[in-house]
Amino acid sequence: MNILRKIVLSFLPISFGEQVAPEEDPGRYRKLWLRVVFLTAFVSLMPLIIMTFINYYQYKRVFEEEMIYPISRLTSNTRRSLSSFIDERRSVLDMIIRDKKYEDLRNQEKLTILFRNLKESFGGFIDLGVIDAEGIQETYVGPYELRGKNYREQGWFQDVRLRGIYVSEVFLGYRKYPHFVIAMTHEIDEGGFYVLRATLDMETVSRNILSLSHRPSSDAFLINREGVLQTDSRFYGNTFDTIKIAVPPISDKTEVVERYDDKGRLYILGYAYINQSPFILMEVTKPEEQMKNWFSLRNDLLWFLGVSIFLIILVILWGANYLVRHILEADLRHAKALHNIEYTSKMASIGRLAAGVAHEINNPLSIINENAGLLKDIIGATRDFPRPEKFLKHINAVTKSVERCSTITHRLLGFAKRIDTQIETIDVKHLIQEVVGFLDKEAKHRNITVDYHIDNYIPTIESDRGQLQQVFLNIINNSFDALDEGGKLDINIGHSEVDRVSVSIKDNGHGISEHDLQHIFEPFFTSGKEHGTGLGLSITYGIVQKLGGDISVNSQVGVGTSFTVSLPIKNK
Amino acid sequence: MSKTRVLLVDDEEDLSLVLAERLEMKGFIARGAVSSEEALNLIENEEYDIMIIDIKMPGIGGLDLMQRVKQIRPKTQIILFTGHGTEKEGAAAINDGAFDYLIKPIKIDDLIDKINKAVNK
Repeated sequence: MNILRKIVLSFLPISFGEQVAPEEDPGRYRKLWLRVVFLTAFVSLMPLIIMTFINYYQYKRVFEEEMIYPISRLTSNTRRSLSSFIDERRSVLDMIIRDKKYEDLRNQEKLTILFRNLKESFGGFIDLGVIDAEGIQETYVGPYELRGKNYREQGWFQDVRLRGIYVSEVFLGYRKYPHFVIAMTHEIDEGGFYVLRATLDMETVSRNILSLSHRPSSDAFLINREGVLQTDSRFYGNTFDTIKIAVPPISDKTEVVERYDDKGRLYILGYAYINQSPFILMEVTKPEEQMKNWFSLRNDLLWFLGVSIFLIILVILWGANYLVRHILEADLRHAKALHNIEYTSKMASIGRLAAGVAHEINNPLSIINENAGLLKDIIGATRDFPRPEKFLKHINAVTKSVERCSTITHRLLGFAKRIDTQIETIDVKHLIQEVVGFLDKEAKHRNITVDYHIDNYIPTIESDRGQLQQVFLNIINNSFDALDEGGKLDINIGHSEVDRVSVSIKDNGHGISEHDLQHIFEPFFTSGKEHGTGLGLSITYGIVQKLGGDISVNSQVGVGTSFTVSLPIKNK
Repeated sequence: MSKTRVLLVDDEEDLSLVLAERLEMKGFIARGAVSSEEALNLIENEEYDIMIIDIKMPGIGGLDLMQRVKQIRPKTQIILFTGHGTEKEGAAAINDGAFDYLIKPIKIDDLIDKINKAVNK
């Protein structure tokens, strides 16, 4: 969990707010972090994204052009072939109707010879017939017996009467297989008209023309204007089925468009309206195969973009965290240094004041002491002194108070003045155990547990043994005072910094309020307990500072207090 | 055996005179002086076995007085005392020629003990 937390902390600004001083805006560093992240992300990701999308669209266009151009060419070619097929047959019928007399066409034998010649010269003809103005089939050559059949009421007959020429959609008719007809009228000299009508086989169209599209991913077919298939389709069903895609808009040239089917799949549609016919040539290509390379390239591009964005964001997050954390740490160091300067200056002032006060008090104390002593001497030397014990009792009370004041002034001087240190090599672990040994009896009496947590390697340090003993005795005494019966004291001795050894003494006692913590190292500051002069921790602070160390305290009311003393390995 | 002669020098008159009186009661011949100048006058005419001098005094300070006494009365042993003394100052005083030093407020028994030691040196 610790590793996971460390990883998360190295990328996200989770602990920024916890580290700033209470009077500072806890969101300041998060805002800075956000600004750094967004700015860096913007300038690094935007060009990447823009370039990737430019590449994407360029590649896409190239691939599409490579695919659309062949479709366009194929559709145009097929359109030309189909148009030629229909035009050729229409033209030949037109030539026949102009060249041959009505009487010749009404002659069954001549029509049979003509039909045979037509079939031999042009493929696709199924039958040929002449219909009079009343719609009656006069002559007919073909596989069915249609002579005498009346077409008067049929739609195509009405159309050809009106327009002069007619190309039908594909239909089954009497023949029961798909075909279409070309019919045209010709006026006769005696007045009136007749119709020359030929039936053409759609199979020939499909076989010879539409089979040009032979790729498995493509389909070529004909539809009418309503979207009904005029030929079989590989994708959309058989002749006379209605296709499920929209009929393309009218155009007089070949068009190629990209479309999506009802399942959202892309297809490329090449289409062309066949002139003077109801047919629309459709060339549908499903681009999966052709686009395979494009999709592969596109996926590579998207992967590259995604992975790049992910890595860049990771680096940005880590970098922003690293940067802001360093700024935060620098600010904290700066604030701590300022605090230390203020505190040291304050302590020095207090020290000078204390020394002055101690000196000025010592003289009157001495006078009180000597006068009291003199009185005592006089009483002792005077025979028959009335009630000497009562006087001696009061004099002793005076000298005891003087002694008490004297202890305080001496301690004050000890706090204020620099005392020569005796530097020697010290095993901190041994020294701490020695100090705790002084309090062994009290610990046993009060059932206090003392646990040690000592790093594997603790180097010896150069320092003053006596003063360090005083330091740790003061701290441990304080901890004992804070502990109830059955309390616990944890002593950690560590070597986390290369040139320092740290000793942390943690109790689970009453704890110290935040207000008291700010004054704890000041002389005469007490937590209101009955005994103690309030000088112990101020003296401790002075000694630790003089020995080149640091002392800090953390506490929470009801949880406990931890004092940490960090000492240099080498005395400077 | 003659009584030990002690001169106490402290600008606090109440202290030097009372302490002298106490020493008198303890069997010493003791006098008090309230300045270095007065002490110098006294030793011009009279020899003292022991001088107890306060380090911090207006005018001629205790350490200067000690140096002068050493020149005028080299046999006189000097014990220094101070209201704000430290071990460092005491050690320095001994280096400069004092027999010993005491920190105020002193205990009369300690003082007598040091006087006796100085006399027997």
